[in-house]
Amino acid sequence: MASSPKLNSKIPQGELETKWTKYRSTVHLVNPANKRSLEVIVVGSGLAGASAAATLAEMGYKVKVLCFQDSPRRAHSIAAQGGVNAAKNYQNDGDSIYRLFYDTIKGGDYRAREANVHRLAEVSGNIIDQCVAQGVPFAREYGGTLSNRSFGGTQVQRTFYAAGQTGQQLLLGAYSALQRQVGMGAVQLLARHEMMDVVNIDGKCRGIIARDLVSGKLERHFGHAVLLCTGGYGNVFYLSTNAMGSNVTAAWKAHKKGAFFGNPCYTQIHPTCIPVSGDHQSKLTLMSESLRNDGRIWVPKKKDDNRKAIDIPEEERDYYLERRYPAFGNLVPRDVASRAAKERCDAGYGVGSSKMAVYLDFAANTERYGKIQANKLGLHNPSKDEIIKLGKEVVKEKYGNLFDMYKQITGEDPYEVPMRIYPAVHYTMGGLWVDYNLMTTVPGLYALGEANFSDHGANRLGASALMQGLADGYFVIPYTIGDYLSEEIRTKSIPTDNDAFVKAEAEVQERINKLMNIKGSKSVDHFHKRLGKIMWDKCGMARNKEGLTQAISEIQALKAEFWKDVRVTGDANEFNPELEKAHRVADFIELGELMCKDALHRNESCGGHFREEYQTPDGEALRDDDNFAYVAAWEYKSDSNFELHKEELKYDNIKLAQRNYA
Amino acid sequence: MSHGNMNLTLKVWKQKNKNEKGRFETYDAKGISPDMSFLEMFDVVNEQLISSGKEPIAFDHDCREGICGMCSMYINGRPHGPKQGVTTCQLHMRSFKDGDTIVVEPWRSAAFPVIKDLAVDRSSFDRIIAAGGFVSVNTGNAKDANNILINKDDADTAFNAAACIGCGACVAACKNASAMLFVSAKVSQLALLPQGQIEKKARVMNMVKQMDEEGFGNCTNTGACEAECPKSISLENIARMNREYLGANML
Repeated sequence: MASSPKLNSKIPQGELETKWTKYRSTVHLVNPANKRSLEVIVVGSGLAGASAAATLAEMGYKVKVLCFQDSPRRAHSIAAQGGVNAAKNYQNDGDSIYRLFYDTIKGGDYRAREANVHRLAEVSGNIIDQCVAQGVPFAREYGGTLSNRSFGGTQVQRTFYAAGQTGQQLLLGAYSALQRQVGMGAVQLLARHEMMDVVNIDGKCRGIIARDLVSGKLERHFGHAVLLCTGGYGNVFYLSTNAMGSNVTAAWKAHKKGAFFGNPCYTQIHPTCIPVSGDHQSKLTLMSESLRNDGRIWVPKKKDDNRKAIDIPEEERDYYLERRYPAFGNLVPRDVASRAAKERCDAGYGVGSSKMAVYLDFAANTERYGKIQANKLGLHNPSKDEIIKLGKEVVKEKYGNLFDMYKQITGEDPYEVPMRIYPAVHYTMGGLWVDYNLMTTVPGLYALGEANFSDHGANRLGASALMQGLADGYFVIPYTIGDYLSEEIRTKSIPTDNDAFVKAEAEVQERINKLMNIKGSKSVDHFHKRLGKIMWDKCGMARNKEGLTQAISEIQALKAEFWKDVRVTGDANEFNPELEKAHRVADFIELGELMCKDALHRNESCGGHFREEYQTPDGEALRDDDNFAYVAAWEYKSDSNFELHKEELKYDNIKLAQRNYA
Repeated sequence: MSHGNMNLTLKVWKQKNKNEKGRFETYDAKGISPDMSFLEMFDVVNEQLISSGKEPIAFDHDCREGICGMCSMYINGRPHGPKQGVTTCQLHMRSFKDGDTIVVEPWRSAAFPVIKDLAVDRSSFDRIIAAGGFVSVNTGNAKDANNILINKDDADTAFNAAACIGCGACVAACKNASAMLFVSAKVSQLALLPQGQIEKKARVMNMVKQMDEEGFGNCTNTGACEAECPKSISLENIARMNREYLGANML
């Protein structure tokens, strides 16, 4: 298989271990005087956006940052709980750059680029150094060194953390760096602004149209380059762990203006979320993967067992992950753990009133921690109660905020009874196709962090999203953007009365008018919920040809109905959250169709993409490397019409193999 | 569509924009389930308003898991409502009774002008951080992280201060609309860590100056901020900031 001529991944030649260092040292530079006249627009202020904007401004570029929230500190990276991976080998447990690289490729079910993933592993250590220098308060040991914990898909402890609030602390670090540049006038911050379209001139991206969400006014912004750091599209499922405002609009507009969309069907369903409690539910809440480090997952051995968890004796419990995957046990990757939970519940072993949940139990480890703590304190022959009490204190220190959140949402105390959990949509590995420089198929238009497709293949390992967002922003784009901008030093700032800007703004205005004038009978949320149900039922944890084919026609019908019958209240020239949602849901509907088409064309199972027709006798994902070892990059042609381009995935350093965690 | 069996009366602040005068409006919230979050109850009310052709109530919200700091409702005279240690999005309707009347207002402070209904402008907080809430370290060149050893107690105390979500409940709770708890949390985090030592004087001076310019009130040690903070940020941070500020001024 040869890659499409339209996809040049620009992976440097040479040995895997030296590609990045050599490339970094030879990529074109922009001199300081020229940087001052080069303008970069960064859309989104999460880990990728804030770190990129701060770093580019430190280097001397003129930077503008937009975010739809009221402050850059609210971007959804803030909600990441468990941690950030780095190949530091501080625990002396045999970790290395190669091992992180290998684990990530394997975890992604051999559908990611070797060169990108190796680069990610190489810079992972720098991320921790940078964050500590900024004052990020990571968890520490009594000796003053940094603490680590375990995450899924690995057998080393390489995850750095700050209680269950690691994303918050990393984002606040990047936000401080960003605000420092705002204070110095090097970054212009536009909060409560949403990107509505990109503007291309002579085949290059030259700016964006944005809407001021407070006044409703449309604005034109010129940039020599535009960076989309706008996160993932999990909200296409309506219910997900994403924030309510997380959306695909920026990426989707870019797609419709020429940026290819990579692997849209690769969705991550996270195994440990609080189960749905009713039809009023607006979002789902994650319980960090780090809990699997200290918890044991089980269901009763007997079907429809209605006893309380505590009344079910040890020998009548099925620790199904430990049974099926003894080598990794509860720490198998997310896709494997999610499917295993679904399998048990579908077979009738689920717990709780809905029977769509499994137990995540901390009793054993609470006792173990209690014993260790008693030894540390020099308590001899402590009673069982004392041990449990000490153990609970340790658990509280590690996961206190998560336990509180669980109790708040469910009304049950997880210190006393096991948590009930079930898989939920969490992350999207797919995203805009980018080359090694993180540039999309539109010159000058880049995608960073979750918004691109590049590093996680068909399944992301836990604690790797924070790593990738910060790697892209702090350590990759600052170098690779020089490759493009060094050629742009003669391009003067283009006035925004240029025809391309005028035309793009008129198109956005026309769409707003259209949405406001439908004056139909159903709310935006009504359509969003229906889209979510189609996606979850037919393009969720398990997919098949028949369901996907049905989903495509159902989504097309939903789209027609939306544009005939949606009701957007209020006025376009004011703060209007309903109008914001309408734009986003209209784009989700179009994306949903492409996701189903991508899932339908990929006649194999890999990572988070599980086609029921393609599985091993044990129910594991069955890849087809002969026919599908490629990135599917979709080109937008016209309404409901997408053309597939393939980028062949070459594995020179890792042997393709059936994933085995048993 | 019915969800549960609680029926409530809401008195909600409605205000078209920054310049127009606001007023209370009364709404019925019917069929509410005790498992709903407070914001999901608002979703139900808004859905009913939209389906009857009326304009929904505008409010800020995003993550709905208590960490982004976006939600900001002043409920029955308390920021984030009656339950301690939670944001509005994590407040559940089981904290209320069938038949209750609930009064909902936006954050009230000159430094937080109303944008619409319950949404306010908190960009003053961003400007305070921009004035000094950082360590001046450019990307690259950082030394190996374990070369900076930090006493666990200091690291934990710094983390507790850094847990602030910037929601502004402290300002809303304070009779003077003071932002001292917010500012002191950032000053404390960095004052407790070795990385923050070099700029400690300039930091506290610049942040306090910006805080005053934004129009926040003075601290008179009432402690309402600590009591209402959804992340239980301690008043000790204000004491620490006062020491830092005095120290910076003496030398």
